[in-house]
Amino acid sequence: MDIDINTVRGLITALMMFAFIGMVFWAYSSKRRSAFQEAASLPFDEQDQQASSTKGDKA
Amino acid sequence: MEQTPIYNEKVVRQFAIMTVVWGVVGMLVGVFIAAQLYWPALNFDLPWLHFGRLRPLHTNAVIFAFGGSALFATSYYVVQRTCKARLFSDKLAAFTFWGWQLVIVLAVITLPLGITQSKEYAELEWPIDILITAVWVSYAIVFFGTIVKRKVKHIYVANWFFGAYILTIALLHIVNNLSIPVSLTKSYPVYAGAVDAMVQWWYGHNAVGFFLTTSFLGMMYYFVPKQAGRPIYSYRLSIVHFWALISVYMWAGPHHLHYTALPDWAQSLGMVFSLILLAPSWGGMINGIMTLSGAWHKLRTDPVLKFLIVSLSFYGMSTFEGPMMSIKTVNALSHYTDWTIGHVHSGALGWVGFITIGSLYALIPRLWGKTSMYSTKLIEAHFWIATIGVVLYIASMWIAGVMQGLMWRAVNDDGTLTYTFVESLAATYPYYAVRLLGGLMYLSGMLIMAYNVWKTVMPSKAVEPAPATQTA
Repeated sequence: MDIDINTVRGLITALMMFAFIGMVFWAYSSKRRSAFQEAASLPFDEQDQQASSTKGDKA
Repeated sequence: MEQTPIYNEKVVRQFAIMTVVWGVVGMLVGVFIAAQLYWPALNFDLPWLHFGRLRPLHTNAVIFAFGGSALFATSYYVVQRTCKARLFSDKLAAFTFWGWQLVIVLAVITLPLGITQSKEYAELEWPIDILITAVWVSYAIVFFGTIVKRKVKHIYVANWFFGAYILTIALLHIVNNLSIPVSLTKSYPVYAGAVDAMVQWWYGHNAVGFFLTTSFLGMMYYFVPKQAGRPIYSYRLSIVHFWALISVYMWAGPHHLHYTALPDWAQSLGMVFSLILLAPSWGGMINGIMTLSGAWHKLRTDPVLKFLIVSLSFYGMSTFEGPMMSIKTVNALSHYTDWTIGHVHSGALGWVGFITIGSLYALIPRLWGKTSMYSTKLIEAHFWIATIGVVLYIASMWIAGVMQGLMWRAVNDDGTLTYTFVESLAATYPYYAVRLLGGLMYLSGMLIMAYNVWKTVMPSKAVEPAPATQTA
């Protein structure tokens, strides 16, 4: 069976559309809620720099 | 037993200071060439001071020296803090700092000498391009290496944006700069004709899309929540924002080549993708601004937050204007006029500049172990002088641009042009003066910032905490 280039174009467009819709459903699924809340709080539960700034180069 | 990570803040401090330094330098060159457009004699008949040579120096200095240093500083800071891990390699991180500064110094030397590839935003010749590649690959290793060794489960959304920018810039830089050297200071691109133009603007627009947008959105996703003291409005939206933005931006480049030798279908494709781009752009803007919902009162008292939120407003404005200008019929009017310059500066001064300035004001006290900047009043002053400066700049360029477009297309009944080019230039003069004033104000704001930063980071001589700390 020969595949027309326009069929490929159509398929890719559909594939991209489904990928986008799938990604939206994934992002908004209730299963992800707690994981996203954890991630969103990352800027706030950071540890502070422990050593004084004078010896910042050796861990 | 896990030892508390001690972050590498030395490289962050270095980049943060150089951001301010290069900001002043780059904007000073910008103001100087703005003055040249009003007083052409300011080139003093010296080739090194010619507008055509200084303009790329200005763009390289503000984009890659000011913006680039800010991105190195914030991405290194954010990736360490949100991964709870020290940078992957201190030596490699130090190499990215010194390597990047060397690139900038080489740009400052070669561009006024007229050594250029003549590709917009990719003017630097091939030896410097190779150095950029080495620095950039090291940057990627340091950044992704840090993500790999993270001590937390999630990769915070800001790091996704920073990561996409680092990968994409590597790709863009290498593909667009493929060339055949004929001497140390001269090379020819491997592409020719319309293909060359398309590669160049695929690069050029993604330099805007990834260097000046995606990356600064990474900055936004950390510093806006941090400064507002509340998590991002919708983490889910940020994920949709991320994937939509990076997959659409890639295709918008052809709108720089409307009505050229580029095939018509490619122009239309670029226009359609540019229009779609409005959706993810505004999604990100809304996500940032809405982070403040319930805490709007903070805007009244915190000038740092003002910078961050107003930057998002300018982002919204310029990402509405951009798609509009990419419509072919609108572009027929706007292209080659100063409207484009106004649009670029609405994004560059308003969005990129403000988000950088706000983030630095939040970052610098923390890096030097202070509770706040030396003077909050000076931040407030900086904010207002810079805001008025941007408004003067973009308003004058809008008017000038639309006027130029209308004058250039005006035809008499017999089909001849109504105006000569020089007539449109003469009509533009007053607006060049207003633009110069706007640029001067923005530069003055940057000088205020430099002073404020200087006073913040210099060790205070008094035993007591700095007496000038604002309390009133």
